[in-house]
Amino acid sequence: MKNSNDTSSLDHRSPEAFQQDPWHQLKSFTRARIAIGRVGSSLPTKEVLDFGLSHAMARDAVHLALDVDVLEVDIKQHDFITTRVKSMAGDRATYLLRPDMGRRLHEQSLLQLQNLHQTKPIDFLMVVGDGLSSLAVARHAAPLLKEMRKLLPTDWYAGHVVIASQARVAIGDEIGQALNAKIVAMLIGERPGLSSPDSLGIYLTYHPQLGLSDADRNCISNVRPEGLNYQAAAKKLIWLAKEAMRLKLTGIALKDESDVQEISQQAVINLPT
Amino acid sequence: MKTYSYMAGTQTYQFADLKTVLAKATPARSGDHLAGVAADTYAERMAARMCLAQIPLKTFLEDLIIPYESDEVTRLIVDTHDKQAFAEISHLTVADFRDWLLSDMADSATLKCVAPGITPEMAAAVSKLMRNQDLILVAKKCHVITSFRNTIGLPGHISVRLQPNHPTDDMRGIAASMLDGLLYGAGDAVIGINPATDSLPALMDLYYMVDEVINQYEIPTQSCILTHVTNQIQLIERGAPVDLVFQSIAGTEKANKSFGIDIALLKEAQSAALSLNRGNTNLKNGGNNVMYFETGQGSALSANANFGVDQQTCEVRAYAVARHLSPLLTNTVVGFIGPEYLYDGKQIIRAGLEDHFCGKLLGVPLGCDVCYTNHAEADQDDMDTLMTLLATAGLTFIMGIPGADDIMLNYQTTSFHDALYLRKVLGLKAAPEFETWLKKMQIMDANGQVQSVKQAHHMLQNMPKHLLSA
Repeated sequence: MKNSNDTSSLDHRSPEAFQQDPWHQLKSFTRARIAIGRVGSSLPTKEVLDFGLSHAMARDAVHLALDVDVLEVDIKQHDFITTRVKSMAGDRATYLLRPDMGRRLHEQSLLQLQNLHQTKPIDFLMVVGDGLSSLAVARHAAPLLKEMRKLLPTDWYAGHVVIASQARVAIGDEIGQALNAKIVAMLIGERPGLSSPDSLGIYLTYHPQLGLSDADRNCISNVRPEGLNYQAAAKKLIWLAKEAMRLKLTGIALKDESDVQEISQQAVINLPT
Repeated sequence: MKTYSYMAGTQTYQFADLKTVLAKATPARSGDHLAGVAADTYAERMAARMCLAQIPLKTFLEDLIIPYESDEVTRLIVDTHDKQAFAEISHLTVADFRDWLLSDMADSATLKCVAPGITPEMAAAVSKLMRNQDLILVAKKCHVITSFRNTIGLPGHISVRLQPNHPTDDMRGIAASMLDGLLYGAGDAVIGINPATDSLPALMDLYYMVDEVINQYEIPTQSCILTHVTNQIQLIERGAPVDLVFQSIAGTEKANKSFGIDIALLKEAQSAALSLNRGNTNLKNGGNNVMYFETGQGSALSANANFGVDQQTCEVRAYAVARHLSPLLTNTVVGFIGPEYLYDGKQIIRAGLEDHFCGKLLGVPLGCDVCYTNHAEADQDDMDTLMTLLATAGLTFIMGIPGADDIMLNYQTTSFHDALYLRKVLGLKAAPEFETWLKKMQIMDANGQVQSVKQAHHMLQNMPKHLLSA
């Protein structure tokens, strides 16, 4: 590689080899990889490299460890108190092969939570877990928490924000149970896609305890500026949490009737054209 | 209960029951370790295979791995077993069965006759003794031909499911990907959309949109919206133009229950779709195959419904459910489930070849979503390997997604370009009715190669206006 001009030279295609697709204008309707052209019937070099870069970013999102020190500083900036815990999965390979271990707290972490001094019972517990995308958590957890704080009813006590490493969604149940929380909101990195390596998910669970399933939760997906933005996600989440408090449940029986219209419009507007 | 053992060298290996022999004989994969049913050592795996090799095929009809009383899939397998078809192979052990399958005695016509006599457990058992090349060679001899508006599965052909997904079901976004695929010669298996919504009115709109495009260009293909079967039955009742009915299926009653289905519900859906008479009954094969199923190793375990049975055997039991409903297409979504079930490229490739072989042996029109997620140890090179092997083995269809990147389901699969690669390298063709259409539309030239498309092309000029205006 000599200089950065080499990349742009990839766009300078030899006209006899590269067949362009004359439907470029349709790209404004979708981020799917349409109208990418062909060489013979194969992918042009530029597309192979673009795809490779996207895959590399998604792989890094899965495998690069979450920098908990930096995240903790970010979160504390918004006047939260934090506590760190880890799951029973000691490393990334174990985490990927044994989802069951990512759902359970390491015994030291459990003890630590049980011994945490609490002044009053927790209404709304916030847990941040790395999940399958450390990138999503590093980028979006702190700004989302900030938006959530603005909307949180003043009479709800939130206590510590718990940061969990090598975490799956259900670890929030054990954390919530250990801290005796009424509701837990688990913010977690979603399985990264090629076009979305940094998607954050939120799982809301009423009366968290071991043994619950996904049917007992409500999920808000694709939280990131290009998808569901922080304000919209926080608004949806707090709406659901208030309903959960009123109905004393989450899951299939709690239907999301927050302002769906507004949110879906938001997502469309944010699509790059 | 029967017990099974094998003496290898000085050590005798004991296996508690038939399902344990099957599980421990299975090539290594993460899902069987997760389930705690995998062999503990390499030697134990080989001992289990040697034990399995000596078991007569008849044993699988008597020693049921999931009880008849508690599982309707077992009941289906037993009650629909064709003893006359089985007669040809009833004297064989699993080892003999492998030899017979590879021999020239087992030609395409014979394999077709014997298929109803083969149970999923027999197919799974023999696959565990077969190398990858064996799985390819025998699968290629099994011809499974189906039809709706075109003919799928003819030897020398490979079809493509056009999968124009969009994360918010934006009609123009879906139409754009559809057009992209059609102009690359894809879409003969089905135009199948995974919707983001499960709202019935929104699903209705999707049905009408795809139907409009198919009618506008008179495309000899079929559409499918991959929502829950109960939604599709309701939409049929409300008059939606439903071609194929989709459902995910698994190999045990309990796993199917976790999907919210049973065999009776699938039968009801099949009758509902058939009542619409939307297939081309002039086709030689009748145009009566109205179901589209998806499966994948690991689904039973993930529903905690595997009963100590290894994931590959569970998968083949799902094909018995599929076979009962005469699907147009059945798709093993091989790498979608994640690394806790199939860890890396090697495991995904092996599983894809097993699934295709077992499905075809049972007489099911198996295609494969050759795919992986970003947390699996796999990449596009592994997909190239698997798709090339499967197409060599006579795979019925693959997926076609713009640039192999599904922006709605967040995984990587195969592209329109990949399908063209397979057709070019292996000399494979699209479904004949569809190929005629591609040539008529000047998308394909007389030699079967994709043609360059001009701005003035009919497809670009005549899309339904509301789909292409901003």
